[in-house]
Amino acid sequence: MPDVLALVSIALAIVFYAAGSIGLLRLPDLLSRLHALTKADNLGLGLLATGVALLAGDLVIGIKVLLVWVLVLAASASSSHLIARYSMQAGNRGHGE
Amino acid sequence: MSELLWVLFDLVLAGLTVGLAWVAVATRELRRGVLLFVGLGLLLAVIWARLRAPDLALAEAAIGAGIAGALLIAALRDEIGVSAEPEDGYTASRRLVDLGAIGLLLALSWGLLDAFLLSDGVRLAEGVAERLGESGVINPVTAVLLNFRAYDTLLELAVVFAAVLGVLSVGPARPALEAGSLVLTGLVRWLVPILVVVAGYLLWVGAHAPGGAFQAGAMLAAVAVLLRLGGVAHAGLPGTAATRWLLVLGIGVFVIVGLSVMFADRAFLQYPGDIAGVLILVIEIAATLSIATALALAYLGGRPVGWEADCDSPQHRVNRGAADRGGDA
Repeated sequence: MPDVLALVSIALAIVFYAAGSIGLLRLPDLLSRLHALTKADNLGLGLLATGVALLAGDLVIGIKVLLVWVLVLAASASSSHLIARYSMQAGNRGHGE
Repeated sequence: MSELLWVLFDLVLAGLTVGLAWVAVATRELRRGVLLFVGLGLLLAVIWARLRAPDLALAEAAIGAGIAGALLIAALRDEIGVSAEPEDGYTASRRLVDLGAIGLLLALSWGLLDAFLLSDGVRLAEGVAERLGESGVINPVTAVLLNFRAYDTLLELAVVFAAVLGVLSVGPARPALEAGSLVLTGLVRWLVPILVVVAGYLLWVGAHAPGGAFQAGAMLAAVAVLLRLGGVAHAGLPGTAATRWLLVLGIGVFVIVGLSVMFADRAFLQYPGDIAGVLILVIEIAATLSIATALALAYLGGRPVGWEADCDSPQHRVNRGAADRGGDA
């Protein structure tokens, strides 16, 4: 049962990663691209971490993987904010640039 | 089936690496080249992990992608305004570099071919595994780096030290960045203690699992880089005298330990088996601090503010004035 849950979780993660990557390539302006990327970072990595932790089947490893996810969340949210802030200061006001 | 999938994965990995390396070198835009180079470092880390060399994977990710990336980006900031457009045609020096690279490629290919296909397959790994018990540690990589081939590691530390002497002699450090947004300073404040703990963990775990002085030192240097980006001008380095001591601590402790075992009728760096583990830990702690200091000074890009006090020529005074103003900004 945990294996099936892990597979479902990892498959969903791949969907979010694919959507994030396509969004990064296809969306028209910087802020929308950042918006797409955060989906891959937050939900994609979260689901992937859940899947990997379930596959490992070990509480200690699970906690380590969870910590990795939390660290990436903090780093990616902050760096997205910094990129967006820089772009706003450079004169980009969002939609349509 | 799964075997075939791994082959496919390896082929994609190898193809990506060669492609990324090519694009990183061939691109005319410096900034793009640097970012691609950082990506290449991460890809190399994955390859090392795939080759079951997690020690190297850690070192490559921390130093090759992380610290080297930070150094290159900092250097790029100095270059802003300088045209990155290469001259037309093919200059003699460029041709020389190309020839050197091709020669190196051929020599390395020959070495690999010889090692894997032509010679009888004698490996040192078996010897290491056989005598691991005498080394004082359980991690074979640490056993080789700090015991069986400690001399090489000592010389590596000397190379790092010599490189930093070069950096320090270039001139004053880059002016610090202004303290940025609250989000960045908040993140830095949150990350620094975690990274210090991780560095300590990597250092300690090196005795029996992947980790060690170089990875831990790179992690501490990452703390310095983060502090600097968060607006802390001295990047967490202590005062002038303490920083100088930290810089020589690694080599100093290494040499002192190596020489003192000679009083017990042993060769240079031939540790007695029963205290080898402790000696290795002492050397690794010193080496970690020195590597971190060296990498942090390299990121500063020159002498930190206040280092010129004892060589007060007019030129130096001008430089120091500029550095001080930058530091206060």
